[in-house]
Amino acid sequence: MTARDPHDHPAHPIDEDTRSKLLAELAEILPAESLRVDFEDTKPYECDGLTAYRQLPLAVALPDDEAQVVAVLEACHRHRVPVVARGAGTGLSGGATPVVDGVVLSLAKFMRILGIDAASRTARVQPGVRNLAISEAAAPYGLYYAPDPSSQIACTIGGNVAENSGGVHCLKYGLTVHNVLRLRVATIDGEVLEIGSEAPDSPGYDLLAFMIGFEGMLGVVLEATVKLTPKPQTAQVVMASFGDVVKAGDAVAAIIGAGIIPAGLEMMDKPATAAVEDFVHAGYDLDAAAILLAESDGTPAEVAEEIAAMRAVLEQAGASRLAVSRDEAERLRFWAGRKAAFPAVGRITPDYMCMDGTIPRRFLSRVLTRIDELSREYGLRCANVFHAGDGNLHPLIMFDASDPEQMRRAIGFGGRILELSVEVGGTITGEHGVGIEKVRQMCAQFSADEIMAFHALKAAFDPLRLLNPGKAVPMPRHCSEYRLTASARGK
Amino acid sequence: MSTSRFIEQIHAASGPLRIRGGGSKDFYGNALAGEVLDTRSHAGIVSYEPTELVITARCGTPLAEIEAALAEKNQMLAFEPPRFGDGATIGGVVAAGLSGPRRAAAGAVRDYVLGVHLLDGAGHLLRFGGQVMKNVAGYDVSRLMAGSLGTLGLILDVSLKVLPKPAAEATLRFAMPQGQAIATINAWGGRPLPLSATAWQDDALTLRLSGARAAVSEAAAALGGERLGDDAAADFWNGLRDHRAAFFAGDAPLWRLALPTATPPLDLPGATLIEWGGGQRWLRTAASAADIRAAAAAAGGHAALFRGGDKSGGAFQPLPPALAALNQRVRRALDPEGVFDSGRR
Repeated sequence: MTARDPHDHPAHPIDEDTRSKLLAELAEILPAESLRVDFEDTKPYECDGLTAYRQLPLAVALPDDEAQVVAVLEACHRHRVPVVARGAGTGLSGGATPVVDGVVLSLAKFMRILGIDAASRTARVQPGVRNLAISEAAAPYGLYYAPDPSSQIACTIGGNVAENSGGVHCLKYGLTVHNVLRLRVATIDGEVLEIGSEAPDSPGYDLLAFMIGFEGMLGVVLEATVKLTPKPQTAQVVMASFGDVVKAGDAVAAIIGAGIIPAGLEMMDKPATAAVEDFVHAGYDLDAAAILLAESDGTPAEVAEEIAAMRAVLEQAGASRLAVSRDEAERLRFWAGRKAAFPAVGRITPDYMCMDGTIPRRFLSRVLTRIDELSREYGLRCANVFHAGDGNLHPLIMFDASDPEQMRRAIGFGGRILELSVEVGGTITGEHGVGIEKVRQMCAQFSADEIMAFHALKAAFDPLRLLNPGKAVPMPRHCSEYRLTASARGK
Repeated sequence: MSTSRFIEQIHAASGPLRIRGGGSKDFYGNALAGEVLDTRSHAGIVSYEPTELVITARCGTPLAEIEAALAEKNQMLAFEPPRFGDGATIGGVVAAGLSGPRRAAAGAVRDYVLGVHLLDGAGHLLRFGGQVMKNVAGYDVSRLMAGSLGTLGLILDVSLKVLPKPAAEATLRFAMPQGQAIATINAWGGRPLPLSATAWQDDALTLRLSGARAAVSEAAAALGGERLGDDAAADFWNGLRDHRAAFFAGDAPLWRLALPTATPPLDLPGATLIEWGGGQRWLRTAASAADIRAAAAAAGGHAALFRGGDKSGGAFQPLPPALAALNQRVRRALDPEGVFDSGRR
């Protein structure tokens, strides 16, 4: 193995000579307007959707074509300079945050849809194509791209692949990993590989499934073939109110237990509903401790059958109020509140941090009770938005980032929620990625041997650890420190 | 405890170990080599939560036991793993990575793998993924195990997503030549129809609809064709799934081609059976491996010698050199000493 000792610092500061040589080479590779070095030109790239962490890069490269991407990677590899690939920068875990003395490789110019094959229901796209743009291009064929993260207007397919993004419909339609067939990937040393294919599978190990969700650590996506899904004829949503969250959680289990896989199954607690209702006036029940949204899609008769079945289950489960969308406008209004939950919470607090743990659903009430206790312990408000069908919980911690003391408490509170998710057998991140935000909590979820296995796998792709160093997988010594702190806290 | 015996065997291994459950898929993959590590002592369902759609079982658990437990709660393994023999185990299902008729509609084995506990080549116990449906912490090692044929590590326990059985099913048959059948199933695949399986053989296209009662009856009425009785339909799909259908009998080499679904009929001699909306094509042929692989590659797919024939040239389509090297590096990352390097994949 050529991997360096993972105890090493991932990225050394580079000397002035290396810096000037690299910049001269990048200037040879890229047109002048595609290389940004000055403070005011690199400043917009200092963070992604996780704005609490900021770092100016050494340079930003915005290549126009594959040959330029490969040449940029080769140059960085030659000079041992780290590279952080970036799509739209909407990620919530800091996956695209620049690293010290590193180059940001923006794929923003790779915006072409290369082809839509209606017969085989696939689209071949460049990595900078926006998620929603794929569905828009496929619409004339009665098809769409199913994964729909909240940021789908802006986020790119390259970023979706890096994070294995989900969305509100993934219980029925799957995550990015279930909807991507093939990737064209450049490795850090400039090799271009075809991973997966337009056939159902490929020879060799399933590197496609392995690489989706790689957080920019293993390669750079140059192209993707995605699966398109026939658009359902119609959809309808049931909104149910519950007097307590336990009942709401039980209702979710009852729907699944009845053999129904809803197209969407979402829950919001009272603080979330209150923030949302004030913002979008979706008609939510403000007296409810929790509201559930359960969607059915398909043919009109199929939807009618499923909605009737879900209504019966929800009534049986003790819903205090039930409403079924009567038309498309009402369906969209019911969903508008859920989709606007993050900005709605943003209106009532200077800043918020969105957590992303997934838990086995049967522990929902225990987890929510504990979050409530932690909220009081840390003196910070928290609203909960929940992809209830698949157990993915998004607590939104409200704080004021201009107050370092509150910032510190928010980070502490968030860390405790993630540890709680692991304690009940869940995970620290369901769909947002580890990035830099949760890299410490990886030590709560994985043993030293498992962390070393991740480093060994990383080394199979990137032995010098130049791609997105310091993200996603912690250094073993950070875990030793983490465990000391955790035990000192009396855990 | 069987885990400690596995660790002893790993530490004592002088050459590659060949992981084996019931041996129902001994015929599959490259030629068998290495001392057998028998998983069957590590058996049993660890947990099953029907309302969370997750089952966790030890590697040596018989597939039949899992299917029975799921059926009791009206649930199923949606990828319909083949049952080539009574002894098939869940560890073997995942390691072989083979899926049945529902694959095109529901996804493959790897799409349902949520987590694994592994023993690596050093005998370390490693846990990846978990029992939840959304989990992006760390690289997705669990899904990498699907189809790895025991060459990356020993799967001790696996957690799989399960799904409710469909409320209704109907099987329809249409007389249709191959080219037209491929075009038709791809066109129907683009419509919001509850298609759950397709098969074409001998100028007959058979398809299965699964879903809500209303969806199935509406689609059946709209598509027409001859409707098979429930028993005949179950026999037909099980025959494909478990390779008990007449097409799979006999000694002629059986090739499996995976192709982009809309690929027109290939110009290769022999009998053809097409599944997965055109994506999986079985071929009984004496044509040369080179010809078959060239045809598959030209169409954007690959071919494996599934059963019978001469495997000396390798069962699987060779990888381009850079990708082959990457596969080897990934293998060594998990098993640097080559304890599981039986060469079967």
